[in-house]
Order: sequence, then structure tokens, then C-alpha cells
Amino acid sequence: MKKIALILMMAVAFVSCNDDDGNAPIENVTVDVNFTHNWDGDAIENADFDVIQYTNAHGETLSLSKLVYLISDVTFTNASGEVFDAGDYTLVNVREGSNLTFTPQIEIPEGTYSVSFTFGFDDEDNDQNYQDLNSADGGWNVPVILGGGYHYMRMEGKYIDASSPDETNYQYHTIRAVDLDDQGIISTLTDTSFEVNLGQVTIGNTTNIEVKMNVAEWFKNPNTWDLTQLYTMLMPNYNAQIMMSGNGANGVFSLGNVTQ
Amino acid sequence: MKYGLALFLLLFTLISCNKDDGGGAYTATPLNLEIPSFFEENILPPIIPEDNPMSVEGVALGKKLFFDPILSANNTQSCADCHSPQNGFSDARQFSIGITGEAGNRNSMPLQNLAWNYNGKFFWDGRAGSLENQIFEPVTNPIEMANTWPNAVASLQNSTEYPVLFDDAFGTTTIDSTMVSKAIAQFMRTLISGNSRFDQFQRGEIELSPSEANGLNVFLDESRGDCFHCHGNPLNPLWTDNIFHNNGLDEFFIDKGLSNVTGDPRDDGKFKTPSLRNLAFTAPYMHDGRFETLDEVINHYSEGLVYSETIDPLMKAVGEGGVHLSEEDKADLKAFLLSLSDPSFINNPDFQN
Repeated sequence: MKKIALILMMAVAFVSCNDDDGNAPIENVTVDVNFTHNWDGDAIENADFDVIQYTNAHGETLSLSKLVYLISDVTFTNASGEVFDAGDYTLVNVREGSNLTFTPQIEIPEGTYSVSFTFGFDDEDNDQNYQDLNSADGGWNVPVILGGGYHYMRMEGKYIDASSPDETNYQYHTIRAVDLDDQGIISTLTDTSFEVNLGQVTIGNTTNIEVKMNVAEWFKNPNTWDLTQLYTMLMPNYNAQIMMSGNGANGVFSLGNVTQ
Repeated sequence: MKYGLALFLLLFTLISCNKDDGGGAYTATPLNLEIPSFFEENILPPIIPEDNPMSVEGVALGKKLFFDPILSANNTQSCADCHSPQNGFSDARQFSIGITGEAGNRNSMPLQNLAWNYNGKFFWDGRAGSLENQIFEPVTNPIEMANTWPNAVASLQNSTEYPVLFDDAFGTTTIDSTMVSKAIAQFMRTLISGNSRFDQFQRGEIELSPSEANGLNVFLDESRGDCFHCHGNPLNPLWTDNIFHNNGLDEFFIDKGLSNVTGDPRDDGKFKTPSLRNLAFTAPYMHDGRFETLDEVINHYSEGLVYSETIDPLMKAVGEGGVHLSEEDKADLKAFLLSLSDPSFINNPDFQN
């Protein structure tokens, strides 16, 4: 009977549903990144979409109908230069409120880190094939004749300016900049993704990092965006893509509240 | 020791991570969808609800129900009467006619590749939250089959064939409406179209004609067609975003579309983007079937856009009616669109009565 009891105990020990093998005495943690959106400080909620209520730096009054963007490579670098990066990505849809919180699929030791992420995909990531992104929003990928890869952002809406009360549609889509020659053949591709460094953040076991997007900044600095000229067909506009990237990298994103 | 070993084996059997209790539940013959390789490589897998797995018997039953007028109040109308295979599972009429002779107010939607409708919203206005839910409506709609579900189920229960077929598919001869919807949904998920000329081009089997190739460029060019932001691109073989847009058809709306469902006036005049597959068979076009030809559709986007407050920001040059494509670009765009039609789909013997 003792033998049977021993076997029984061994069996219970072996036949376990628990994936934890118990070999990790160091507590590693995941980190939640929460994306919030504002226009020069005024929070942007679902009810704010499709309302012409924002005035950009150039003076056009505009609405947002769509705001979807791609974030990748959230990276944690500790004081000794050790880098933690899951290499994953998320597609934030502001109007639908989907993926506003992203948890990179990596566990890191608690501590203080320099935190950064990439807006869009850098060239290395942009040249991969992603089934989920191809399936998103009718195809988040960029057609090959427009340079291939993936959209970084689709911001759309309507604007009016002082010269006319009529509403005009705009499509502020950011992608890798592509220059086409006279034959429509791609001559130059420039990586217009950019890294956003949020600064030092202390990571505990339930840390939530707020990343704030000030949408007004896309139209502000260093390029005061003239929507009356640059409102449509921006994907094949090499210079426009460079300018959008420049504005994006200057003050659009900032670190918000960090909660533990 | 023999007893100990036996006990160990017994324990091994009992202490299992498998949540399936295996409590004698009936399981029909599993069926895997025949997914085109291009779909598998480039987009997410199809949506198969956990509570309605595909089975050989379920699909066979769903197919029989799809073509059988038994679901209608007077046994005169089947699903296929308004979703005919030869019309890409749509209706050549602008509005389908129900059993009372009354016409609907929207064009019958083509049925294809429905398992890849990731947001799970069906009908032109998205009012059904799943394929199974969608199937409930035509049976009881007074201007379609005009039946009641108790009556439809009674007709099936009293037939000589159906109780056995439901038993084969679901393990019970006691029929209910949920099982009817599940069976038809299973059949509809098998309606996969992935062998058009353009699919063959994607597989490297054929070349596009110069006109088709230029038409693709027009389709993808932001300054000309810019069709792809709603209708997908060569890496998305669905050729629809399955999202709702106001595509500039009207200044005022008789049919408000999506906002009838959401109650949100910002959704006025929005309808689901239809797939561009099988356009050769699915005329007329638009939610209300107002355009009889593809030429009329292309002319609408080129010159006929009408402003309204909810018009989609992707519509270009609305003040001028559109981007005014050249006649050559229009012809080429049409050639490309027709390359997305798939005769092997509408003639597939598995999809015929």
C-alpha cells in the first residue's frame, strides 16, 4: 500500500497542467503601454470624431474621421545597456478604441529603464509579410507600386479654410517615403519611421506607461502644415512623407502618467 | 506492483489537462475548409465559431436547406432563389421578390469568402453579428420567406428526410432553428472563391493582359482610382475591407444604412463595402442595385460623387464629382476588375443544387 501511495504521489506530481517549471526565482514582469490622444491638451474621444472643431497651426479647421497607427519595437534599456525588445507591434485604432493598451510580449526584471518605441516599421520590419496587418482595415500593407511595406498611420477627415465654407476631404497617410521616376518606377525609398524615446521609467510588477499623442503636432513643427495644399495623394509624395515624419518625431508623442 | 501500475495508468487517464470531458457528445465527421494557398500565406485564418465546427454532414445538410423552399411559409422560395450560384450567389434583379410578391429595398448580397469576414458584421448595414445570426432573418422577414421559425422547424421535423440528416449532423432528430442556422452557415463557409484570372496571375500561372495590368495600376494609384483603401490590394484576396462607408451616392438618404443599426447619425448613408470578386456575375451594383453595369459604377467614382455630411474622406475631388479618369483608364480598370471574377466558383458542382 505504501508503494501505491508513493506511485500515486509521483503521478500527481508528474501529471500537472501547470506550465511553470519553477526554475525562475527572479520575478520578471510585463509592462502595459496605454495610448491616449489629445489636441493640444483636449482629450480626443469617440464623440469627437467627425466634428469639425480643431484648428491647425496653419489655420484650417478640421475634423478627424479616422486615426489608426502602427507602433513597433517597444524597447527597454537598463542602466548597463542591456536591451529588452519583444520585437512585436500593435495597430492602435483611436475611433474604435481598439488596442489602446499594448503589452509587449516580453518579461523583464523590475528596475529602471530607458523606454522607447518605433512609430511605424523600420525597414527591417517593413520588409516582412504580416497576415494580421494584411487583414486589417482592408489591408494595412502598402501596394508595391507605392513602395510596399506597411502604412504607419491613416489619419483622415475633412477641413474648411477661410476661402470657402465647403468641406474638403483629407487623407494624411504616412508610409515609407517613395520617389517615382517619370516612368512610375521606384527610384528612392527612405525609411520615415522614427524612434520615440520616452525617457527613464521605473518598472514594477504592475506598471502602466501612458503614451500621449498630441494630434495637433502632426500639423505644427517643424513644418507648418498647409492642408489646402497637402490634403490628398500624399502617399506617393516623397517630400510630404519626409515632412510628416519630421513633424511626427517632434513632439507628437510624449510620456504621460506612469502608474504602479 | 501490478495493482500499482494499474492505478498509475488510471490516474494518468483521469488527471488530464484536456478540458473536453468526452461525455459521449456526438461528433460528426470533421471537415477542413479548402483554403487557397494564397489566402493561407497572406491573411488570417477563417473564422469558424467554436460552437459550430465544420462537418461533412453539417455542410451537406446546410446545402440541402439552402436550395430547399421548405423554409418559406408557402414552400415556394429557397435561399438560392435570391442567392443564385450563377449570379455569384446574388440576384440579377435590383430587388429580390419575396413569397408575397413584394420587393425588398436592397440588392441581394453576393455570398463568397464569408468565413473571412473578421469583424463578423453581416448584411449591407451590419445588423447581424454572425453568419449564424444572419440566417435567422430571411426566414421570418415578411417580404422574404415570411415564415415563422416554429412553422419552419415543424415542416422540417415532419419531413421524412430531415430528422435523419439533422441526426447525422448534430446527433439529434429533434430539430431547432439554431441547428438550421448552423448547418446553413457551415455550407456558406464552404463558398470559397479563389481561382480568378487574377488569382492565377498571383500564383504565377498566367500573365495579365496589358489592359488588366494598367487597370491594376489605376486601382492602386492614389491620384487615379485609389480603390484599394476600401477594396483591398493584391495581398488581401478578399477585395473588401468589410467596413462601412458613404461612397458619395446621394445628397440625402432614403435608406440610412448603418445608422439604422447604430443610431449614430455619423453613420448615415454608410453601407458595407462589397467584395470586387465575381463582379462579372453579380450585377446590378451598389446596396440598392442602382447601377446596371460596371461602366456606371466606374463613372460614379470618376464623375458622379455627391457630397453629403458623412461622405467618406477617401472620396477624392468630391467638388468636381471625382477624379475624372481618362476613357482608357476606365476601360483598363474595368478589365482589371473583371479579372477578379471566378467562373470555377459559380460552376463548382459542390455549390449547385
